[in-house]
Amino acid sequence: SNLWCLFSHSVDKAWKELSNILSGIFCASLNFIDSTNTVTPTASFKPLGLANGTDHRLLRYAVLPREVVCTENLTPWKKLLPCGSKAGLAVLLKAERLFHSSYHSQAVHIRPICRDASCLAVSWELRQTLTVVFDTFSSGQGKKDWSLFKMFSRTLTDACPLALQSKVYVDISPKNKEKELLEVTPAPTSVHEAIVQGDKRTYAVYDLLSPSLFNTSRSLNVQLKWKRPQDSSELPTPVLHAQRYVSGYGLQAGEISTLIYNTHPYRAFPVLLLETVPWYLRLYVHTLTIITKGKENKPSYIHYQPAQDRRRPHLLEMLIQLPASSVTKITIQFERALLKWTEYTPDPNHGFYVSSSVLSALVPSVIAMKDVDMEQSPLFTSLFPSSDGSSYFVRLYTEPLLVNLPTPDFSMPYNVICLTCTVVAVCYGSFYNLLTRTFHVEEPNRGGLAKRLANVIRRFRGVPPL
Amino acid sequence: VVEGLALLDLGVSPYSGAVFHETPLIIYLFHFLTEYAELVFMITDVLTAVALYLAIQDFNKVVFKKQKLLIELDKYAPDVAELIQTPMEMHYIPLKVALFYLLNPYTVLSCVAKSTCAINNTVIAFFILATIKGSAFLSAVFLALATYQSLYPLTLFAPALLYLLQRQFIPIKPKSKSFWLYTMQYAALYLCSLLVIICLSFFLLNSWDFIPSVYGFILSVPDLTPNIGLFWYFFAEMFEHFSLFFVCVFQINVFFYTVPLAIKLKEHPVFFMFIQIAIISIFKSYPTVGDVALYMAFLPVWSHLYRFLRNIFILSCVLIVCSLLFPVLWHLWIYAGSANSNFYYAITLTFNVGQILLVSDYFYAFLRREYYLTHGLHLTRPDGTEAMLVLK
Repeated sequence: SNLWCLFSHSVDKAWKELSNILSGIFCASLNFIDSTNTVTPTASFKPLGLANGTDHRLLRYAVLPREVVCTENLTPWKKLLPCGSKAGLAVLLKAERLFHSSYHSQAVHIRPICRDASCLAVSWELRQTLTVVFDTFSSGQGKKDWSLFKMFSRTLTDACPLALQSKVYVDISPKNKEKELLEVTPAPTSVHEAIVQGDKRTYAVYDLLSPSLFNTSRSLNVQLKWKRPQDSSELPTPVLHAQRYVSGYGLQAGEISTLIYNTHPYRAFPVLLLETVPWYLRLYVHTLTIITKGKENKPSYIHYQPAQDRRRPHLLEMLIQLPASSVTKITIQFERALLKWTEYTPDPNHGFYVSSSVLSALVPSVIAMKDVDMEQSPLFTSLFPSSDGSSYFVRLYTEPLLVNLPTPDFSMPYNVICLTCTVVAVCYGSFYNLLTRTFHVEEPNRGGLAKRLANVIRRFRGVPPL
Repeated sequence: VVEGLALLDLGVSPYSGAVFHETPLIIYLFHFLTEYAELVFMITDVLTAVALYLAIQDFNKVVFKKQKLLIELDKYAPDVAELIQTPMEMHYIPLKVALFYLLNPYTVLSCVAKSTCAINNTVIAFFILATIKGSAFLSAVFLALATYQSLYPLTLFAPALLYLLQRQFIPIKPKSKSFWLYTMQYAALYLCSLLVIICLSFFLLNSWDFIPSVYGFILSVPDLTPNIGLFWYFFAEMFEHFSLFFVCVFQINVFFYTVPLAIKLKEHPVFFMFIQIAIISIFKSYPTVGDVALYMAFLPVWSHLYRFLRNIFILSCVLIVCSLLFPVLWHLWIYAGSANSNFYYAITLTFNVGQILLVSDYFYAFLRREYYLTHGLHLTRPDGTEAMLVLK
């Protein structure tokens, strides 16, 4: 889970309060956000909506890589919707089907916007997004057909009365200009064309507020059927995508490598990379190398804040120019620290997570986009923002990494303390003896019970006495 | 150090992170010398050996003179002729010391690893040379440099002071005015040079950041990377409640042997220095094998104590076996994953016990020889039978 926010004053206290309040509202473990996983990025995050003056010191960003989404987080998220999950599109969001998917992500965005065109008053816009990836191919006996009922085991019955707009968009873009490859039932209310992320796409729109939709049946079950079994068509690779992995062997050192791909055929563009690495992986910035097409690539802006043990993580922000059709490899080496035994999680051999790095870029689009009004299609302007027609903004998150740290033996604190103190005591004892005692000629001692007993036994054996 | 230089190039203070803990003078030294790093470390090792050679040469002369004086004053018992050191056997000792240092596998390891411990050793060696030659000023300067780099050579102030007082024939009595005068002079020299060096570091980097990063780091032991010492595992397994208490105990442990040793060994300051260096290298918070190499270089100087050492065979076996097992168990723990941290920790314990017993064995032998020198080699009891000698 990640959280970022721009404050106006008294940042640290407000950040702590915010993370705790959000943790309570969403039943998410956001209260684990503290200074060891919070950073202050300088360039990667700019405030959305209205903002006057951006001082990057008032911005905080935190990631908790080990937190997973669960049904406990869905329920308060649904409660924020005006109709809850009782009417409108949200009736589809039932936990047992939603979490039976390959990928699930929820987000809440809040930003200040103008209340009307004259912008005399500022209101707060709350935007909630839910992204789910269903794999109907593997669960649907090898057919790529899907329907709302199959995915959510429910159908839409009506629109939320409080909603101004309630629409379902189905992507029916034809591939390779072939028509009639797929069929959508029931017939859509309208068809909308848009240019999304440099691609021209056609959407079938189902407007839940239009009275004609629910005329024939009380419920709306959108179905998509493929007319012909198509050959394995590959999805087009996005213009910007990235991968990250850890290499190295053993528990002492390792290397984090990030691969960034620019598949645009002829345009180069810069990308801003933000990496947050926890303090127990000590990065060595002199081993940072950026290689593009076999040659070294120097970043035009680099901001590095090294970590402080147990206080803050590493922050590395770089602006890297990606040439067209290239792969850029960024590597940095690190050493693993040994933590105190109480700082390990209860399953220390699972490893420690390194949170995803964030890549922000204005990707130039292959097809020119026309300026779309926010009123007409709020979905597309907010999901795929672009300030001018030639490029769109993309924020990518790479995979989180799992690294193992060397562990001490957890069953031995008392033994270790005793043994080490014994060694110190050996030193102290020998030195004390040598320093405080002096040499003397030994006095003979005839007595001693043990000696007399031994002498008695020796007399019996016939051996000379001691 | 390379990391510190890279951070400096990026415009970030090298002490803002937790990786760099060397002093600013080292950064500036290596700013110019990074390309020739191997050569630099070889030269520092050679310099250390040369300094030790010259120091021990001078020391032998002093020892011989003192011996002659004591024989003439009839302080020795009549039958100790075989215990007296002759010039013949002392002739090769300086060479042996230099060779002991250069050929010690620990020194070679330090040099190959390019550990800044070699620079520490050089400074301490020059300090010893300056002290034995009798120059109080140079001795104070080098001691200040050594303290500036790692805090612990502060304890070497006492043996240096005792040696210089002895050399000036000032008796060590609390009532004597010249004693206090000389002590004040030496202390003032030392503190002033320390102050100058610290202020120089401040002006090099324009901040006081280096003080918590260097000295705070040495004293509070936050980094628990495994090393050959005792601290790391102890603090990794320490209950949080007691960690401050035990940090203080361990740090006091290094410093508090100084005064008792000074009282006992005030006639023999160089031996005191040897014991003090050994204690520092065993109990310092981040020991390395380079520190061990430094005090082992002195062992040929006390080779005449060989007949009084009690456990030398076992101890040398322990030290050799432990040094061989260190890399093996480290590899098993970190790379092969088939051993535990306990294996490496056990070797740490044994190695340190071996070192401690080695030092205390030499101390025992030294005291015993002193006793024999003043009381005679063949001791007889009042009734004429042969006597045994015990510590009581």
